[in-house]
Amino acid sequence: MEVPDQRVSTATFADLALPLFDQLYNFAHWLTQDRHEAEDLVQETYAKALRGFSGFQPGTNFRAWMFRILRNAFLTSRTGLKAMIPLEDDAHETIASSDPSPETALVEQANRDSVREALNEMSVPFREILLLCDVEEMSYEEIAQVLAIPQGTVMSRLHRARKALRARLLMKSPGGVNAV
Amino acid sequence: MPCEVWTEKLDAYVDGELSLPESNALADHLRGCVGCAAEALERVQLKRSVALAGKRYEPSTDFRSSIAKSLIQKSERGLGFFWKILVVPALLTLVFVVGLNFYLGRAKAERQHVYSELADLHVATLASTTPVDVVSTDRHTVKPWFEGKIPFTFNLPELQGTDFSLVGGRVTYLSQVSGAHLIYRIRKHEISVFIFPVPNASNTTISGPVQARSFNFEDWTHNGLRYFVVGDVGANDMETLGKLLRDAK
Repeated sequence: MEVPDQRVSTATFADLALPLFDQLYNFAHWLTQDRHEAEDLVQETYAKALRGFSGFQPGTNFRAWMFRILRNAFLTSRTGLKAMIPLEDDAHETIASSDPSPETALVEQANRDSVREALNEMSVPFREILLLCDVEEMSYEEIAQVLAIPQGTVMSRLHRARKALRARLLMKSPGGVNAV
Repeated sequence: MPCEVWTEKLDAYVDGELSLPESNALADHLRGCVGCAAEALERVQLKRSVALAGKRYEPSTDFRSSIAKSLIQKSERGLGFFWKILVVPALLTLVFVVGLNFYLGRAKAERQHVYSELADLHVATLASTTPVDVVSTDRHTVKPWFEGKIPFTFNLPELQGTDFSLVGGRVTYLSQVSGAHLIYRIRKHEISVFIFPVPNASNTTISGPVQARSFNFEDWTHNGLRYFVVGDVGANDMETLGKLLRDAK
């Protein structure tokens, strides 16, 4: 969603930002795990974005810019400050990459609720990168902009997040604990 | 290339982040490697599961409305400032220009109508067997002739030393207003001079020369009288006669 120079000069902020409302809210709710906090976060995001709209760089990615504002707002919130700490824990939780079980059948059986439950249990850094990549279908470049990390880190974090998710799904499957 | 190298690229493959040659090469490998194909399939399914599960939360209608309303209000406030700075002056300018154009257009149409009427009077008079009611080359004869016939008086120029000569004059009417119609001659061309009263007219506003229906026109307002000079002579002659009439004492 790159915004050409001319469009920035003529479009109102609302024209660009309102179509992202559902995506931003979904992402905010996943981050905060709470409807009211999510609403506050989205509201804060729009307020900050509107104030900073004049500083938005034309020709850059508006969606990534909005998501980055939302994420930064989350990081500075009380929930966010707590949530971003345990990144290393997830790394320890992950199954070794050499685990030979692709478990195709298991993933197929994993219903939506168990995936949601697994996502909920993951640390925010893993959860957010999975959401940005798989739900919002952002490119690695966009994700790097939102999270303010290099693309190489995006790839490695995404890889670890997927392994962690797979491990949780294995544990939730019938006999999954034994399987792990 | 060993399978470990390929599997390292599987995430980028399912995310569509590999270049086309790399993607094609990996696809070739997957067609011949059951293990890697199974791994790729699992990752695709996992990605799809996350995509489906991740679209979970929807904002309430109230919250959606409040954000939209808030944004629109702020945009309007922003527009309000913009309105004051740019749009209002632009609109005022537009109104002024449109109004001016309308006024000028209307004024032009009125002038064209008057020119057309005067051209008809000029032609009709010259075609008449008695084009003038007072026949005289002497301005001191012609001017007094109008006394009591029209509700105003005017000065006529001394033509000595010019190419112009006075033929005579008659009373005429334009839009039910009586006025003076004088005929001048220059090099066998007749020129009509019409004089009508114009109440509340400003002094000496000269319009022209203009052309209408193949005739040249020159008109001006002076001392509450509007003068029209109509003829088929050149603009220079029209202008010269006009100046003589304006300078008349």
